[in-house]
Amino acid sequence: MNTGTQNYVKLVVLALATLFAMIAASYARDLAYQVHMVIFMIVGAGLFLTTLRATDEPIKPIPTNEYFDSVVRAGVIATAFWGVVGFLVGVVIAFQLAFPSLNFEWAEGYANFGRLRPLHTSAVIFAFGGNALIATSFFVVQRTSAARLWGGNLGWFVFWGYQLFIVLAATGYLLGGTQSKEYAEPEWYVDIWLTIVWVAYLACFLGTIVKRKEPHIYVANWFFLGFIVTVAMLHIVNNISIPVSIWGSKSVQVFSGVQDAMVQWWYGHNAVGFFLTAGFLGMMYYFVPKQAERPVFSYKLSIIHFWALIFLYIWAGPHHLHYTALPDWASTLGMVFSIILWMPSWGGMINGLMTLQGAWDKLRTDPVLRMMVTSLAFYGMSTFEGPMMSIRSVNSLSHYTDWTIGHVHSGALGWNGLITFGALYYLVPVLWKRERLYSLSLVSWHFWLATIGIVLYAASMWVTGIMEGLMWREVDANGFLVNSFADTVSAKFPMYVVRGLGGVLFLSGAVIMCYNLWMTVRAAPAKAALGTAVPAE
Amino acid sequence: MSILSKHKFIETNASLLLILSFLVVTIGGLVQIVPLFYLENTIEKVEGMRPYSPLELTGRDIYVREGCYVCHSQMIRPMRDEVERYGHYSLAAESMYDHPHQWGSKRTGPDLARVGGRYSDDWHLDHLRDPQSVVPESIMPKYGFLERTLLESEHIEDLLKTHAIVGVPYTDEMIEAAAADFRAQADPDSDYDDMLERYPGAQVRNFDGQPGISEADALIAYLQMLGTLVDFSTFTPDANR
Repeated sequence: MNTGTQNYVKLVVLALATLFAMIAASYARDLAYQVHMVIFMIVGAGLFLTTLRATDEPIKPIPTNEYFDSVVRAGVIATAFWGVVGFLVGVVIAFQLAFPSLNFEWAEGYANFGRLRPLHTSAVIFAFGGNALIATSFFVVQRTSAARLWGGNLGWFVFWGYQLFIVLAATGYLLGGTQSKEYAEPEWYVDIWLTIVWVAYLACFLGTIVKRKEPHIYVANWFFLGFIVTVAMLHIVNNISIPVSIWGSKSVQVFSGVQDAMVQWWYGHNAVGFFLTAGFLGMMYYFVPKQAERPVFSYKLSIIHFWALIFLYIWAGPHHLHYTALPDWASTLGMVFSIILWMPSWGGMINGLMTLQGAWDKLRTDPVLRMMVTSLAFYGMSTFEGPMMSIRSVNSLSHYTDWTIGHVHSGALGWNGLITFGALYYLVPVLWKRERLYSLSLVSWHFWLATIGIVLYAASMWVTGIMEGLMWREVDANGFLVNSFADTVSAKFPMYVVRGLGGVLFLSGAVIMCYNLWMTVRAAPAKAALGTAVPAE
Repeated sequence: MSILSKHKFIETNASLLLILSFLVVTIGGLVQIVPLFYLENTIEKVEGMRPYSPLELTGRDIYVREGCYVCHSQMIRPMRDEVERYGHYSLAAESMYDHPHQWGSKRTGPDLARVGGRYSDDWHLDHLRDPQSVVPESIMPKYGFLERTLLESEHIEDLLKTHAIVGVPYTDEMIEAAAADFRAQADPDSDYDDMLERYPGAQVRNFDGQPGISEADALIAYLQMLGTLVDFSTFTPDANR
């Protein structure tokens, strides 16, 4: 098919999609669906017009002698943007828990905690983390394969398609379109859209590996590939549902009760295991050696810990369901595998930290490397805390409490946040061809604000979590419960304020980063041009 | 370790790496999830469980929409303090018609698995309007808009039909009468005997005390039935579970 006909096919498809969205918007049974169809309509119409205007124009050939970096640059911007949005919503809901009047009544429920909390979790995990993963994996796979990203403009489809998914998910939560499965709240049509984008992502990534110039597939790419494939599997199985009507957002899950809970936490824990761990380990395996200018510590350790990690993680889900109506055999399996999982997790941490062998002195002078190393330290800490909390007797205290929230944040802010910041600080000068970052002392400021913020967050949640766990179970000499539930709520107030302040520090660090990266692009000296462009093909 | 040097074979072959990693990550899920669908003791046999009435199901959807599960669990663990505080520990059978489950993972507020019948409708109404007026320490947001939002039952049949597709035992009769049952449960002056026959134990009241069926009516109807269905006098725990 020549490109002319291709354009006409594209026009027909876009016109039909826009028309369908228009019809759907007018038949809509609920607000979330209606708004989403209007968004689809605007996007479809916009693409139709741009395609139409480009018809019969001479087509600019896609350069084949350089890396596809424009999509990575866009990904870097999106990561920083969604990071600030996600942290901001997090700060807002943290203060809502301390001061409930921040659930503004005039907002008619649209800005209540119950709707903002999924917005926060999805914004940081999928918008911030997801964009970071897509951008870095596209960057890394091209460099380590010495090949341009496969699929031509498919990379752009992945980027913009993913942003559309984020907008649909976020607006959906606010407007009440949710299926209530934690970390998988978007409704059926948003899930279908994400599946399409994800398949395109897999194609771009795998296609690039297939046409690589290097005989070996670099270790970072094993992790990225494992992450992409597993998330596809988890996403599809956990979201199997039947829409009540194609004109509404409401759907009914196929699984129910105990099976649904098991599938949910098989998904939920591996959103952590593969999205937030395997994918980010891929990031770590490229950027830590680069920043430290040392090779990865042990090749054999990376083989062992890769296979052990992906095999073991998938079993860990049922530790979220200790003492529930899930049969004991399942939660025991979950506990056993969670504890074994400690070993490959620390294998990854050791492999990352020991990469600094012979370069430890750089920690004194390079705040970016310091950020990456601290992120590995937080990774090590939370992958020790996690297995400990999965032990049934510990879990009987920690489950349902703030301790879990603290644990998640020491992983998410400490590990995922700091390693991403480190990668962004590495990427911006490279992608925008700058000699160096605008200001290293601002990176130091960011590092300390973020680290102190995380410490405040985790410490306050340990205090409230263990306190409320103990208060709930406290009985007096006659066997009566000592505390009402409301007593535990008011006892937590001071620590909720401390947690909110920790969030403010973390957010201000991220804002400083955005300024620093912006000024790097605008004001840092340009890198002297190399003699020839590095050929990718 | 010579076996590790064989890894070269995998890491130079993209399809092999893809297929092997996929196989490795499927095992855990297969072992943990699949048996739950055929092991007979996964869900206890108990007396009293029935599908949600149309009004309760609508209330449940509001519970989901507002993200109540974010702060309230519906899963009482078999520990002394929890049984003391919330009642009999939750059974798998009690959520067998929950598509999806609402077990929750966090108790920023108390567990709601057996909140049914604990408080009056008026208490719930006051509590939704202004939680701090009845529980001063509460940090729950206000949900006053629920009682101001009136419900039409136009799509209730479709909702029951979809639940029937995924295995909830809604009969054709129940689906046909869905809209009528929806209205009857919130109107004590209506002829609700047929509704009660279809949904034994359903509570018929004007839950919010105001004309019309509001979202507060549906939500309170749902809250008031939570954990009340199972007849525990006929329940014997299975030691092997």
